[in-house]
Amino acid sequence: MPLIWIIAIVLALGAVGYMLGRQRAMASAGGDIRRLHSLPVYYGTNVFLFSVVPALLVLCVWLMVQPSVIQSRVTEMIPESAATSAGELSLIMTDVRRVADGLDRAVGQGALTADEANNLRAEETNIRESLGAIGVALGSDVTPEVLSAAQRYRSLSSAGNLAMASAIIALSALGFAYAYLRTTRDFRARNTVEKAIMAILILASSIAVLTTVGIVLSMILETADFFELYDWRQFFFGTEWIPSFEGGSELGLLPLLWGTLYITIVALVVSVPVGLFAAIYLAEYAGPKTRSIAKPLIEVLAGIPTIVYGLFALITVGPMLRDYFAEPMGFGTSSSSVMTAGLVMGIMLIPFVSSLSDDIINAVPQSLRDGSYGLGATHSETIRQVILPAALPGIVGAILLAASRAIGETMIVVMGAGAAARLSLNPFEAMTTVTVKIVGQLTGDTDFSSPEALVAFALGLTLFVLTLGLNVLALYIVRKYREQYE
Amino acid sequence: MNDMTTIERAVTTSEKKIDAKGVNVHYADTHAIKNVDVEIDDKTVTAFIGPSGCGKSTFLRCLNRMNDTIDICRVTGDILLDDEDIYHPKVDPVQLRAKVGMVFQKPNPFPKSIYDNVAYGPRIHGLAQNKADLDDIVEKSLRRAALWNEVKDRLDKPGTGLSGGQQQRLCIARAVATSPEVLLMDEPCSALDPIATAQVENLIDDLRSRFSVVIVTHSMAQASRISQKTAFFHLGELIEFGDTTQIFTNPVDPRTESYITGRIG
Repeated sequence: MPLIWIIAIVLALGAVGYMLGRQRAMASAGGDIRRLHSLPVYYGTNVFLFSVVPALLVLCVWLMVQPSVIQSRVTEMIPESAATSAGELSLIMTDVRRVADGLDRAVGQGALTADEANNLRAEETNIRESLGAIGVALGSDVTPEVLSAAQRYRSLSSAGNLAMASAIIALSALGFAYAYLRTTRDFRARNTVEKAIMAILILASSIAVLTTVGIVLSMILETADFFELYDWRQFFFGTEWIPSFEGGSELGLLPLLWGTLYITIVALVVSVPVGLFAAIYLAEYAGPKTRSIAKPLIEVLAGIPTIVYGLFALITVGPMLRDYFAEPMGFGTSSSSVMTAGLVMGIMLIPFVSSLSDDIINAVPQSLRDGSYGLGATHSETIRQVILPAALPGIVGAILLAASRAIGETMIVVMGAGAAARLSLNPFEAMTTVTVKIVGQLTGDTDFSSPEALVAFALGLTLFVLTLGLNVLALYIVRKYREQYE
Repeated sequence: MNDMTTIERAVTTSEKKIDAKGVNVHYADTHAIKNVDVEIDDKTVTAFIGPSGCGKSTFLRCLNRMNDTIDICRVTGDILLDDEDIYHPKVDPVQLRAKVGMVFQKPNPFPKSIYDNVAYGPRIHGLAQNKADLDDIVEKSLRRAALWNEVKDRLDKPGTGLSGGQQQRLCIARAVATSPEVLLMDEPCSALDPIATAQVENLIDDLRSRFSVVIVTHSMAQASRISQKTAFFHLGELIEFGDTTQIFTNPVDPRTESYITGRIG
């Protein structure tokens, strides 16, 4: 039974449950709402939630667990002689899945009957040809092992799907019955629904938390693999970045980290003053009309895809900086440079800084402004000495958010600063960042057991720790000042 | 004969601090203040009373041009401070506000230390020559606001950490520190408990020896306790203005009597 049908049936049960729950509650109160503990809506919602939520949750879990269970059961069938390494085994399993899908499709199109598909023999039929005829291309001829594994895969999945459908619908019906039977005049449906809503909210937040944990864990595992192949001292303190897939690479983090920080600093030097001043103008000086036009215009900057900024850096800013600054002043002849990427990234970050700071400055109470004006302070004195200090925690938060964005930016760097890892102070020289190298190491054909590919995870983890540190710092600053000022 | 008139005028000008004539205030389409004439004497406490929305705060805010910060507000008429029109184009509202200080309804200490709160005005107006001078101004202002003994050991702590009554006295100290000539107070006790109110009222009485004080209040008892002159506003009009004792014991206008005896407002 297709998934969509299962979900539809569960939802239909829920809808019926809603109606019946309401009716039963009304009936038990003799049609007088005032004799019910809760409004009829709550009785209906209660039955709906009990029929839908547990069933859908179990469905999610089942969908995640079933493939891996089937996978492991089928993997047992592949003889060890056929798959000597983990890589080979995974290739064979890919074949198995493709053949299984192909058979499904053949049955679906009527090229084979279900019985025929289950009883095919690799020795008798040329599977590759017959599947090719219905549009499923296979890379190699199908061996008897793969075919029988694929047949087993099919039978296991169809058994699994059937079990899933019946279990989910049974669970839904069970929840329905339970909630329906509990629906009486005195049942506290409102409180139950309240609790259920809380549970759903908790679930949503824990999904976010668990995802973070999952991401970190997967990074840590891969990074651990990397450090088994490559010395951590050379990674953290190496000053050369010369990856070579033939082996003997130098994978030093420092040039990349330096490039990241350098470009981030340039970007912040551009975006923080401009963004902050723009925010102060918008919040304090601009009239409502100017504000209603200028604010959305600035925020348009945030909506431009970074690749477009990259183009701007590549064809406009880079050559301009080279022709008017770098070459006349003897700083070099490269059009891709830290300055180019930093400037363009700074422009990209202006709306982040200005929009957040603007909101924060607006949130400073008017009474503080009045107090300052009442003492004979001018507008800019008031801003400098009262409003900015009061808004400082929020502004710091905005700046650190911008910094996190800058550290994670990739596209502008590739197009603006190039891809050459270099340790240099000259801002007109091409450099590159951690993110660019992560992309570089993982594009094309990669072998996930070589340090050259695995280094990407170590780089990613470093980046993660860096931005995490920035966020913690931001939280600390915000907390510290909040304690003091409120 | 000529000499006599000069002397007489000198006496009157030294007594009259603010002279408002024919003041009208409009908020967009609303006519908030209608043709108000008030004279505020030096070294006296003048109370503005009246029901909510009668325009007494609006009028108070005209006296130091705080209404300038509201875009839709338009003030017409003459307000003279020491015989100079404060709405004259040559007058800088920022300088005017240094001379006419203001304390607001809700305590609004800046998010700074107690010391910096009080030193704010002297610093922006350059009233202190050096650090010792500034320390002196801060201490004197805090003493004058009857707050010194409570905060002298924690001048570097944030002003927002004080209790409500202390915060309001801090705001008064802050206003006093710029040595204004007139102090405007917009319901300074409305957010305070009776004990803090009593402290602030004593303080206002002390301040009278140095400046003229104009206070907006909802409490008739407070007006009668601390003021020498009282102005009664109703629906944007000045109904009656005179000595406090006269207003409270023998009001001329029936509306004033109704208000102070609690029949309206």
